[in-house]
Amino acid sequence: MPPPVQSQRSPSPSQPSGKSEVSDLKLQLRQLAGSRAPGVDDSKRELFKKVISYMTIGIDVSSLFGEMVMCSATSDVVLKKMCYLYVGNYAKVNPDLALLTINFLQRDCRDEDPMIRGLALRSLSSLCVANLVEYLVGPLGSGLKDGNAYVRMVAVIGVLKLYRFSSSTCIDAEFPSILKHLMINDSDTHVVANCLSALQEIWSAEASASDEALREREALISKPIIYYLLNRIKEFSEWAQCLVLELVTKYVPSDTSEVFDIMNLLEDRLQHANGAVVLATAKVFLQLTLSMSDVHHKVYERIKAPMLTLVSSGSPEQSYAVLSHLHLLVMRAPYIFFSDYKHFYCQYNEPSYVKRLKLEMLTAVANESNTYEIVTELCEYAANVDVPIARESIRAVGKIALQQYDVNAIVDRLLQFLEMEKDYVTAEALVLVKDLLRKYPQWSQDCIAVVGNISSKTVQEPKAKAALIWMLGEYSQEMQDAPYVLESLVENWEEEHSAEVRLHLLTAVMKCFFKRPPETQNALGAALAACVADFHQDVHDRALFYYRMLQYNVSVAERVVNPPKQAVSVFADTQSSEIKDRIFDEFNSLSVVYQKPSYMFTDREHRGQIEFSDELGHLSIGGEPSENVVSAQRVDENDKDLLLTTSEKEEASGSSNNGSAYASPYDNSSASAVGSQTRAESEISNQSATGYSSQSASLGIEDLLGLGSPAAAPAPPSPQLKLNAVAALDPSTFQQKWRQLPVALSQEYSVSPRGVAALTAPQALIRHMQSHSIHCIASGGQSPSFKFFFFTQKTESSSTYLVECIINTSSANAQTKIKADDQSTSEVFSTLFQSALSKFGNP
Amino acid sequence: MISQFFVLSQRGDNIVFRDYRGEVPKGSAEIFFRKVKFWKQDGQEEAPPIFNVDGVNYFHVKVVGLFFVATTRVNVSPSLVLELLQRVARVIKDYLGVLSEDSFRKNFVLVYELLDEVIDFGYVQTTSTEVLKSYVFNEPIVVDAARLQPLGPAAIFMQGNKRMPGTAITKSVVANEPGGRKREEIFVDIIEKISVTFSSSGYILTSEIDGTIQMKSYLTGNPEIRLALNEDLSIGRGGGSVYDYGSSYGAGAVILDDCNFHESVRLDSFDMDRTLALVPPDGEFPVMNYRMTQEFKPPFHINCLIEEAGHLKAEVVLKIRAEFPSNITANTVVVEMPLLKYTIRASFELEPGAVGQRTDFKEANKKLEWDLKKIVGGFEHTLRAKLTFSQESHGNITKEAGPVSMTFTIPMYNASRLQVKYLQIAKKSSSYNPYRWVRYVTQANSYVARI
Repeated sequence: MPPPVQSQRSPSPSQPSGKSEVSDLKLQLRQLAGSRAPGVDDSKRELFKKVISYMTIGIDVSSLFGEMVMCSATSDVVLKKMCYLYVGNYAKVNPDLALLTINFLQRDCRDEDPMIRGLALRSLSSLCVANLVEYLVGPLGSGLKDGNAYVRMVAVIGVLKLYRFSSSTCIDAEFPSILKHLMINDSDTHVVANCLSALQEIWSAEASASDEALREREALISKPIIYYLLNRIKEFSEWAQCLVLELVTKYVPSDTSEVFDIMNLLEDRLQHANGAVVLATAKVFLQLTLSMSDVHHKVYERIKAPMLTLVSSGSPEQSYAVLSHLHLLVMRAPYIFFSDYKHFYCQYNEPSYVKRLKLEMLTAVANESNTYEIVTELCEYAANVDVPIARESIRAVGKIALQQYDVNAIVDRLLQFLEMEKDYVTAEALVLVKDLLRKYPQWSQDCIAVVGNISSKTVQEPKAKAALIWMLGEYSQEMQDAPYVLESLVENWEEEHSAEVRLHLLTAVMKCFFKRPPETQNALGAALAACVADFHQDVHDRALFYYRMLQYNVSVAERVVNPPKQAVSVFADTQSSEIKDRIFDEFNSLSVVYQKPSYMFTDREHRGQIEFSDELGHLSIGGEPSENVVSAQRVDENDKDLLLTTSEKEEASGSSNNGSAYASPYDNSSASAVGSQTRAESEISNQSATGYSSQSASLGIEDLLGLGSPAAAPAPPSPQLKLNAVAALDPSTFQQKWRQLPVALSQEYSVSPRGVAALTAPQALIRHMQSHSIHCIASGGQSPSFKFFFFTQKTESSSTYLVECIINTSSANAQTKIKADDQSTSEVFSTLFQSALSKFGNP
Repeated sequence: MISQFFVLSQRGDNIVFRDYRGEVPKGSAEIFFRKVKFWKQDGQEEAPPIFNVDGVNYFHVKVVGLFFVATTRVNVSPSLVLELLQRVARVIKDYLGVLSEDSFRKNFVLVYELLDEVIDFGYVQTTSTEVLKSYVFNEPIVVDAARLQPLGPAAIFMQGNKRMPGTAITKSVVANEPGGRKREEIFVDIIEKISVTFSSSGYILTSEIDGTIQMKSYLTGNPEIRLALNEDLSIGRGGGSVYDYGSSYGAGAVILDDCNFHESVRLDSFDMDRTLALVPPDGEFPVMNYRMTQEFKPPFHINCLIEEAGHLKAEVVLKIRAEFPSNITANTVVVEMPLLKYTIRASFELEPGAVGQRTDFKEANKKLEWDLKKIVGGFEHTLRAKLTFSQESHGNITKEAGPVSMTFTIPMYNASRLQVKYLQIAKKSSSYNPYRWVRYVTQANSYVARI
């Protein structure tokens, strides 16, 4: 019998249909309830089916609960299953009636047939009714000991369900430790896998409240467990393999030979037809080799082909998921994909979301040898019927031009776009030509000649219009009729709806005025008048500003509005490297698809297994805009410090010492509440630490004003911290420590121009820091952004300091994060590090 | 870990709906459907398979016009969930024989039963049709396959090819033949999707073959099977660009760029004699996926000319030549070409005596469509179209039309020349001789000629 026709007529659950049908069903069920007549099961089946189909389309059939339970006394498995499904759905809203089901469920839990036992146990644990929890513990306990693997499998998940519903009952019954035992000893890999899932969920949820749970969770990634799981990896189902592999990414091997052992063991997983297994394996490889840069690159090479195969096999949806990951890899290491660019060509029938990814990849892999072909291909898309994609293709061409390869040929192409006479093509091309001119002013001759031919009337899009107007203002000397075009635009002021365009127009008229005053004077007057009357605040204010400046002194006004311009060398990247790294750490998760780290789209409790490393202090950011917020807070604190006297400061640190990172050194001393003299003895270099904190505070302020130059800062008093010149640390220990230790200090300071000049390659800085007994363990990046990981040790003890240092040479600043075994001295070390860095580039 | 699973019809009705964890609000199916229907205001863009609304992640795959959807609040592996959805669809198809809205509605209780075993509290338990057999008790209600639109890659064998028993491929793994006896048979399909882009001057810009060896076994007792492929098959192209043409062309060797295998496949002797050994599980599954960029001979040559022919007029001449042997026939060929935006009329002229051909001018998106029921190897077909414009064209009209794209299906043809040399079934007795069907088919994935 097909599901009811009603479903087609009234698909919306909000419609109150089905009332009479439900009471009809109720009657029929009653009649069958007590019957023992032959064939009664068949009629029950039909009725149950009807009930469940109503349930599916959203009709409330909870009023049938009593009748359904009465009919459930049967030996027919199909009937049982339908009944369980129904009970599971409605027990929550009918807690009292649910009690009626306990009896038969408990009886079924002791059935001879393991199928029935498992089934009943699963239904029993799905009831989610508070007063029934007590009935669940017994059957779960015996289920975990059941001789049949299917029942154990169900029981393990049952424990998790119990935990979610009543965590205390679950913990009190000591189910987690039973699961732990099962995980290591059960012969059935399905049971093992379920134990792993359940324990991960339980310990992660408990970890915030209990240290023991935290330890248990850490124990899951201990060597014995990881090896135990890895050695059986092929016995697991493909889904359980993904689970195990995800766990392995959190494991920190003790040395490189261990890394290679694991990779050799998992090598053939990359040939698996299931994309999820391949990506999970790829993540293991990428994570294990993070600190071994040459092997890391080989991993990219290795996973490339399997990923490309996954992209082209399977459904479009699956290939999209893999392509997103490939996109991430291409963006991180484009040079590895230089020769694979043809794989990223768009096919005409692909959905836009795929094309968009591919366009970005094509842009990223363009280099000297393939730019011509890539740009030729992109130009084909510009004439595409799919307008949004055509636009993005043109933007891609522009981006490649800004990457400096083969600019000559590209400029020609862009200019051809302008001549294509499709309005959206012209619009996009105009915006690009503008950006191009900002970077390569030397092309102005060629561009201006073509741009001059474009009628401002055919350009409608605000962005494009603003670009055109900008060029008219900037190159009014070269463009014959610039003043007249601008004048006619000013005349139509009323019709211009975009404030952005009006602002650009005002400025352009100003610029033009300084270059060709007699021809522009009228237009300028009209523009100023119109602007001052403009309802838009910015337009109005800017006009007043210009007006007053002109009144004050025309040559000053010219210097402000029309200064000699420097070519822009680098356009700002939209995503910080920190966020990109974070996404990379979350490889094989939604973060890659959304191109956002998980904290931006998930609430904390649901971050799940993948976010394991979160509290390990892997990275310290709390939210997207926190960069600014944090530094602002720091300045606040610094301000306070500067104003306080020393004694006040002691109090402040005693009462509220957890606000700022650098307050920690005071912790012990103020707690002891002794005079300053004893304090000086009780802490190494406490004196200097106090001195530093105020000093670094003043540095912070100067930085904010953009005046800070470490070279100008007073030389720090000689620190009492001696560093070991021959300290040694192997990469995996570094990695492990980095994960475990919290960030003790995170700072940002500017780099002296000499330092910037000297930093052409990472090696220069590495050698310099080495001379200060600070050793580099890993480095990367290319101009203008470099990233280093340093470490050092104290001479007297093996206490280690770890530093992450990101230097951006174009903005001349350095961001550091310091982690230390001995947190109390991290402040001292920080100053030492900073002074070493500030000497970089000094002759 | 997923929270809900549901299947929606094209109109957005729930066909099945299963909530595993109760973490996502009940209205999720409606939220999902509205979001997919109105992804972008202009309706031009398709919703991506994964998106987030109010902290809930929605995953979907489209199978035979139905939406298979999973929701979760957790940051899971996207590949895992999408793979799972696809696999759930396959398991259901294995059971129902035919996957369609109709068969779904008739068997929704069976589907619920399957779903209960496949996922428990959001964690995947098993997707093996074989394992599921022991836990699933509902008998499928078989839908008459003949009434249905043929769908999916396997369906191509059903039309006009008498050698193939059409019903077999739509047979459920659990349903028995009317006689009560199961027929012993095994199907191996080599399905290749080809992508070719021709430049305006007719040479090949890019070409790729994405192939799958698909298997569906109805053998009792799970005997071991050995599949032997071409002996000269090699995998991985050492050094140089992947698109380094010419070096291997004509040498006869089949060179795959890369491939992957189903987990049941053992590769013990693959390096020696290119043989795959496996014990096929029940149901349909891919034995091997492969990818090839080695140059191959494209099955069709496309020639397109567009010229102005007087004031507000132009003429298009399209020529399609089948470059394969005459004992092979391509089916359901469709040629499409976007015309200039300001085209208002198109009149067509087919060659004299043309049969089974249809032409159309799609006014809404200004597209020329040319359907050919079949094309026999070696033949060439021509279409002339006279276009009328509503305005003067400025400049180069070839820049504003095209590209020409083609879709087609060619049974018993494979472009890669990858072959199954033999299919050996471990013998139970000398009289055991099940039916073996090895079939080839090539389809167009993206077959485009620029003009």
